[in-house]
Amino acid sequence: MSAQTAPAPAAPAYLSINNIEVIYDHVILVLKGVSLTVPEGRIVALLGGNGAGKSTTLKSISTLLRGERGEVTKGSIEFRGERVDQLTPNELVRKGMCQVMEGRHCFAHLTVEENLLTGAFTRKSSRAELRSELERVYHYFPRLKQRRESLAGYTSGGEQQMTAVGRALMARPKMILLDEPSMGLAPQIVEEIFEIVQDLNSKEQVTFLLAEQNTNVALKYSDYGYILENGRVVMDGEARALATNEDVKEFYLGISTGARKSFRDVKSYRRRKRWLA
Amino acid sequence: MQFFLEVLLGGLLSGVMYALVALGYVLIFKASGVFNYAQGAMVFFAALTCVGFSEMGMSLWLAAPLTMLVMVALALATERIVLRPLVNQNEITLFMATIGLTFFIEGLAQLVWGSQVHPLELGIEDVPLQWMLDRTGIAVSQFDLIAALICAILVAALAVLFSKTKIGRALRAVADDHQAAQAVGIPLQYIWAVVWTVAGFVALVAGLLWGSRNGVQFALTFVALKALPVLILGGFTSVPGAIVGGLIIGASEKLAEVYLGPMVGGGIEGWFPYVLALGFLLVRPEGLFGEKIIRRV
Repeated sequence: MSAQTAPAPAAPAYLSINNIEVIYDHVILVLKGVSLTVPEGRIVALLGGNGAGKSTTLKSISTLLRGERGEVTKGSIEFRGERVDQLTPNELVRKGMCQVMEGRHCFAHLTVEENLLTGAFTRKSSRAELRSELERVYHYFPRLKQRRESLAGYTSGGEQQMTAVGRALMARPKMILLDEPSMGLAPQIVEEIFEIVQDLNSKEQVTFLLAEQNTNVALKYSDYGYILENGRVVMDGEARALATNEDVKEFYLGISTGARKSFRDVKSYRRRKRWLA
Repeated sequence: MQFFLEVLLGGLLSGVMYALVALGYVLIFKASGVFNYAQGAMVFFAALTCVGFSEMGMSLWLAAPLTMLVMVALALATERIVLRPLVNQNEITLFMATIGLTFFIEGLAQLVWGSQVHPLELGIEDVPLQWMLDRTGIAVSQFDLIAALICAILVAALAVLFSKTKIGRALRAVADDHQAAQAVGIPLQYIWAVVWTVAGFVALVAGLLWGSRNGVQFALTFVALKALPVLILGGFTSVPGAIVGGLIIGASEKLAEVYLGPMVGGGIEGWFPYVLALGFLLVRPEGLFGEKIIRRV
C-alpha cells in the first residue's frame, strides 16, 4: 500500500500540511502525522468516518483548535508558501483562508443579511462595496435574497448552510475550508450546495478543502481525495481513481463487486490495511 | 390623584437610575454571555476615581474624561488578565472570575482613594422643577429629569451602535457563537475590550449620577443589586428591556411602599422588586424583551 508515498498532486502546493500531530487536552492524540497538499484552484476532499480526524485537520489549519484546548505538537502548515500555524484566526482570514464550520454555526439572532455582513469584518469596505458584495453572494445563493430579513435561527438547514458559505465568501477568501457541508441535509440540497461549491471554484477561483462523510458526493465534485482513518491518511489519489478503487468502493461506498465475504474476513482485511498504512 | 402621579413619576425617574446600572450588565452579557458581577464595583470605582480627581483640584470636565481613561485601562487589563486566559471556558467559570474581579476592584478603589464618604457636586440641584410645580402642582425633581434625559441619550446611542454599525454586528455575532465569530475573522480580544470599555463608560455615568445623589461611598456597590430584578424583568439581552424593566421596578416599588406599605407596617420598598422579579421568572423567564431562545427541533 503506497499511502504516504503516493505522488502528491502535480500542481504546486497552495496549502500544505506536513506531518502534523494534534493533541487535545495534553493527552488525547487525535492526528498521528497527517500530510496533505492542496494545489491552487482545486477542490480537495478529506474523507473518512466519524472520529477519523477530518474536522481536527481543518481546525488545525484554521487555528480554531486552540479554542478547544487542542494543539499542533509536531509538523508544520504552510499556506501560499508561508508558515501559518502560529497565526490567529483573524490574521488567517486576512490572508485569505476562511473556515465554514461543521454544523453551520450561523448567528441565530442575526438576520441572514447581517450574518453575511459579519463575514466582511476583516475588510475595510465602503457601504457601496458591501452592497455589491452582498449582491455577489445573492447571485450564487438566490434563496438567501428572499430570506435576507429572517433571523438565521429560523431558516432551514439548507439555508443555514448557504448562509454559512455566503458569510465566508464575504471575506473574499482565496481558500475555504468546508467542514461537512452535507450534514443533516436532504440529498437534493446537498447536490445544490456542491453545485455552488463547484461554481465558486470555477468562476471565482476559490480553492476548497472539504471534509465529508458522504464519500459519493464528495468524490463526484472534487479533484483529489485523501482518506483518513484513526488520525492517519490511509489512501489518497485522483477523485476519479478513488471512486473506482475497489477498497474505497467496499468500505466507503458500500458497493462490493466480488462475492459476499464473511464479516470476519472483512474485519481482518481492514485491520491488515491499517497496519500497513 | 395628584399625589398618585407624584409618586408614580418619582418612581419612574428613580427607575431610570436603576436602568442605568442595569445597562452595564446587559452590554457585557449581550456581547459575551457573561454575567458581569463586577458591574456594581465598576460603578463605585468610576465614581470614586472621578471624585478623587476632582478633590485634587480638577474641574469635573477634566476629571470625568480622565476617569474614562482609567476605565479604558481597566477594561483592557480585564480582557488581558481575566478573560483571555479563560476563553471557551464554562459560563460559570467566567462568572466566578467576575466575582473575584469585584473584590479586587472594590479593594483597589478604597486602597487608592480611601474609604470615607465623598460628596460629589455635579452642579444640578435636586429641587422640584418650578415650571411643572406651577402648572400642574406636581413636584418632580429637576435632577431626576436630567438623569432621565442623559439615560435616554445613552440608550439611543447604544441602540444605534448595536443595530447599525459593523462593530455592533460583530458584538452580537460574538454573543451568539464565539467560535463561528472567530472563524469569520472577528477577533474576540478586541470585541471584549470594546464592550468592557463601553460598560466602563456606562458605569461612570451611573456612578456620577448615583454618587451625586447619595454621596460616593461603598454602598454604591449595593445599588447594583437593585439592577438584578430590573434585568430579570426586562431580559438580560435587551437594551430597551433594561429601561422598561427599570421603569417598572422604580414605579412599582414606590407605589407599593406608599399604598401597600401601611398595611404591613412599611418597609417593603427594599424587597418588593425581588418578589416581582420572582413572579416574572415563573411566567416569562426570558424577560419582557429578552431574546427568545431559538431552538430548532
